[in-house]
Amino acid sequence: MPTIPHAPPHLSLVQRTKNVLTNGKFAALVLLLPPALILFSLFVILPLLQSGYFAFFNWNGYGEPTDYVGLKNFEQMIGHSVFHSAIWNTIKIVLVSLLVQMPLALFLALLIYKKTPTNALFRLIFFVPYILAEVAAGLIWSFVFDGHYGVTASVGETFGLEPFFILADRDWAFVAVMTVIVWKYFGFHMMIYIAALQGVPRDLIEAARIEGAKPFDIVRYVQIPLIKPAIIVSAFFAIIGALQVFDVIIPLTNGGPSNTSHTIVTYLYTFGLTRLRIGFGSAIGVVLFITAVAVAIFYQRAAMSPGKKP
Amino acid sequence: MTSKTFLRNLLRVTILCVIASFVIAPLLATALGGFKTNAEIRTSAFGLPESWNFEFYNAIASDPAFWRYLGNSLLISVLAVILTLLVGAAAAYVFAQIRFFGSRMLFSYLLLGLMFPFATAILPLFIQVRDIGLLDSYWSVILPQTAFGLSLAILLFRTFFEQLPRELFEAAYVDGCGYIRFFWRFTLPLSTPILATVGVFVFVQSWNNFLLPLVMLNSREAFTWPLGMMQFRGEFVTEWNRTLAFVTLTIMPAIVFFLAAQKYIVAGLTGGAVKG
Repeated sequence: MPTIPHAPPHLSLVQRTKNVLTNGKFAALVLLLPPALILFSLFVILPLLQSGYFAFFNWNGYGEPTDYVGLKNFEQMIGHSVFHSAIWNTIKIVLVSLLVQMPLALFLALLIYKKTPTNALFRLIFFVPYILAEVAAGLIWSFVFDGHYGVTASVGETFGLEPFFILADRDWAFVAVMTVIVWKYFGFHMMIYIAALQGVPRDLIEAARIEGAKPFDIVRYVQIPLIKPAIIVSAFFAIIGALQVFDVIIPLTNGGPSNTSHTIVTYLYTFGLTRLRIGFGSAIGVVLFITAVAVAIFYQRAAMSPGKKP
Repeated sequence: MTSKTFLRNLLRVTILCVIASFVIAPLLATALGGFKTNAEIRTSAFGLPESWNFEFYNAIASDPAFWRYLGNSLLISVLAVILTLLVGAAAAYVFAQIRFFGSRMLFSYLLLGLMFPFATAILPLFIQVRDIGLLDSYWSVILPQTAFGLSLAILLFRTFFEQLPRELFEAAYVDGCGYIRFFWRFTLPLSTPILATVGVFVFVQSWNNFLLPLVMLNSREAFTWPLGMMQFRGEFVTEWNRTLAFVTLTIMPAIVFFLAAQKYIVAGLTGGAVKG
């Protein structure tokens, strides 16, 4: 007996159509798929397309956009020094993620990837910052960095210094922000590496050891090459994450002092939304979109490079 | 154990403890700060309080606004989870079970959400929600959140559904079970692990979300807890102990939830994301 889901080919078109309608396939199609399509189109794709349209208008969000200004929004953005620093800050976050956060996460993962109770405890502790809301993390650290109350105050007092406000200092505010970002997200990257390290066959490590490889050589020549896909994934998340940083900044610096600690999204929020400059904000959104898509394509290339199938 | 491996282990645990203290210290200072007077926070941010002062914790726990914020967040998160699971699983089921013209194209279309950050289209989204008249309602947060979570949910669900044994469907089909009934009676109950993973992921995202409620909600009655927390911070700028007590009480549920559902949370937040 043939399997049922596909109608036998010798039936007439009418019969086949009838079959499709009655066996519930058609009903399933029209009932189960549209909710997702409608929600997704209405709240994700449509706003995205509108961004691309509004970006060419000077519009405050009321009535219809009529004041077509061409590329003026983009020109204004590219000429805006705060936008430059927002881009530069985003790049700094990426660099800190790649050069500090990921090596730290990898180092810790190598220390605690084996399944023992102590390791499980440390894993738990290191993952806690990641589950906290970004706003809460930002608020907690704005206390830590508070020149009158927090750690910086205690340290400052020990050395008999005047109260020092890191978050109000043009040079140091963003360093503080990056510290919080490393604190918040290293556990996430560590968990990715741990999962990958646990998948490395033990025989390989054992074989290397018997051949006389030192622990460091095993890490360098066996474990790290084998978890390369996980490292690429985590780098991708670090970059995509850097493009989205917003929640942490608001309680810490709110973009200040004098707009030096903006990221792309806080810039979009501050200069687009709070001033209801929909066209200008949409133009920033378009830039963000293009960057994100470029990163995604670059990632696909990297992930599909020789040695690993998609 | 040789002395060399013992030393190595000692070094390892020492390093781990140092980093663990770097992780825990700010949290500990926060929780303890809620018990201290402001003067004491100034002199010893990390020490134990001289006297355990429950005044601030009590004041917040007996403030109806505090519970209102948490209640709003809970309602929004739970509805977002239910909606994402139902709508996402239904669509994924169609892609896994039914071959039809354009199925691959529609699937790729629904995955577009994985490509770009949520904030990209936040301004037109705001206009859209305002024009529909949903601004300041729970749905203004729930619907966009669900829509944006659908991509990952559908991807993970479809992979899982495709791995369910096909014989099961064929047997049920012969016995007269239609596609929709099969989805409801077999596919969903058999998929609890992936439903839990995605559900936890959506819940945590929604519970912690700040940007979307910030843009959509204006009245304090509708505030979620992150908005309430920022509001509270604004009102008590000089009184860190109150703010710290507030922060502690609001992150407590998250930590308890994390300890209780660890397995799913780690899988949902890392494994789930990696597979995407």
